[in-house]
Amino acid sequence: MENKRKLVKLTCIVCPIGCEVEVVTEDDNIVSVKGNKCQNGEKYVRGEVIQPRRLVFTVLKCKNGSMPTVAVKTSKPIPKFLISDVMKYLSNIEVSAPLKVGNVIVQNILNSGADIVVTRGVDLLDQSQKHN
Amino acid sequence: MYSYDLVVVGGGASGIAASIKAKELGIKKVALIDEKNYLGGVLPQCIHSGFGLVYFKEDLTGPEFTEKLAQKVMETDLDIYTSTFVSKIAYRDYFEKLVYAVSKHGIKKFKTKTIIYSTGCRERNIYEIGILGNRPSGVFTAGEAQTLMDIYGVMPGREIVIVGSGDIGLIMARRFALQGANVKAVVEIMPYPGGLTRNIVQCLNDFNIPLLLNHSVLRVIGKNRVEEVEVCKLDENRKCIEGSKFRIKCDTLVISAGLVPRVELLEDLGVTIDPITKSAVVNDRLETSLPGVFVAGNSLVVNDLVDYAVEQGEMAAQGASEFIFNKGINAVLWKKVKLNGNIRFFIPQLISGEKAVTMYGRVLTPEENVKLKVSEINKEIPFVRVRPSEMIRLKLSKDELSSARGESLTFSIFKRGAQLGE
Repeated sequence: MENKRKLVKLTCIVCPIGCEVEVVTEDDNIVSVKGNKCQNGEKYVRGEVIQPRRLVFTVLKCKNGSMPTVAVKTSKPIPKFLISDVMKYLSNIEVSAPLKVGNVIVQNILNSGADIVVTRGVDLLDQSQKHN
Repeated sequence: MYSYDLVVVGGGASGIAASIKAKELGIKKVALIDEKNYLGGVLPQCIHSGFGLVYFKEDLTGPEFTEKLAQKVMETDLDIYTSTFVSKIAYRDYFEKLVYAVSKHGIKKFKTKTIIYSTGCRERNIYEIGILGNRPSGVFTAGEAQTLMDIYGVMPGREIVIVGSGDIGLIMARRFALQGANVKAVVEIMPYPGGLTRNIVQCLNDFNIPLLLNHSVLRVIGKNRVEEVEVCKLDENRKCIEGSKFRIKCDTLVISAGLVPRVELLEDLGVTIDPITKSAVVNDRLETSLPGVFVAGNSLVVNDLVDYAVEQGEMAAQGASEFIFNKGINAVLWKKVKLNGNIRFFIPQLISGEKAVTMYGRVLTPEENVKLKVSEINKEIPFVRVRPSEMIRLKLSKDELSSARGESLTFSIFKRGAQLGE
């Protein structure tokens, strides 16, 4: 049986250097990784070839807060194909103040293994501030 | 009238860092003033990651970076004035400056020995970049769009065209796409993208957003709301190619065309301005031509990384403490920074040579395999590549500087191996 060798060219996005990396695959296995300047880069391109993942950052509507939104992120990178479903899921969520950085809003969102975590907290709206 | 040793104007990254450092250095009365009702400047709305790798050795989002700085602020006893807008600065004498501010309690007047000015940048707008046509609603700068979406939770539009492919433009393209908007194109007048390659990959390619290089948005068409924009292709002289005009239907035009330091109040004060950096000329304590008035962060120089803005805040605080405790900053001789070849600027522009200094600079055009040379101290640093979009940061030690003779420090860039006759 003939093996299928493929050359994949990628730009590493781990840091601002942006190494051009060449990955050779054979039947979904990685044969070689060339062009990366660091170990993190190799880890990234290996993941990118097998299953690309991204961190997702967005805001959620927030009631009774000193700001009308809280900022959140996924606690770890999630598969790219899940991003739009995660965004749809989050667009229906409204949270209430107060919230602190690190609070978990959704655990294991859509079975991705990642939690939705607060990155910008929000205080309870001070009623006296309302009229300023 | 309030009386202070140091008033910090602007509560973004560099202003917060400056106030914390000032307290650490033993400056007694410090005030931090910001126009918004929250501290952090633009950081709280930059909800993506990439902040703090240098300063905190962690990859943080903008709000998380702010939170870490804010925690430090809470441990100090500095006076914070939010929702307070500084409208005027007056220079009385060497040890007395006046800062006038508008607040919800009326006009406030601060008397102070020193000022650190850290007001950040403003964005270049549609008028400055010469886009003609109608002026309907639906035209935003990238920062305005970001504030609407990520602070107020309001979508500016649904069908988006973005002008400028710097990192801010690219990150907003992703932000719009993630939120379900249709980003029709990112339009860039240059033949290469302005932002980092990683942002081309993760902001444009991930969402199949077209990048139109060598293209320019000529005019806006629309009655009450943006309906279309007219775009053309540019030749190598950045002139419109005849017959290349086409239109893109959209309801929103987002301008991401660069930043300009906000130094109006310093200009009014009569501080010497560098025509290239469009900010104050500073010495190695980040002091302007007026004694005791310092500048830091993006109002000093448009930085690539928030970490550098923080670093400059701390440098300015060092300067302010020296000014207060030593009754001024003096050098035997201020060496002038001179530039040669492919260099746009290096700051600080004046170096005492009596202490270590961190320099920040940019090149004019992209180049590969070059060396940066500081002639008077025989220092050479190799670079695999230099690009206008990537700031060069370089530390010169006191030892290195002590070997410098003459009245200048000359920075030049030359091809590696050029001295061998290549």
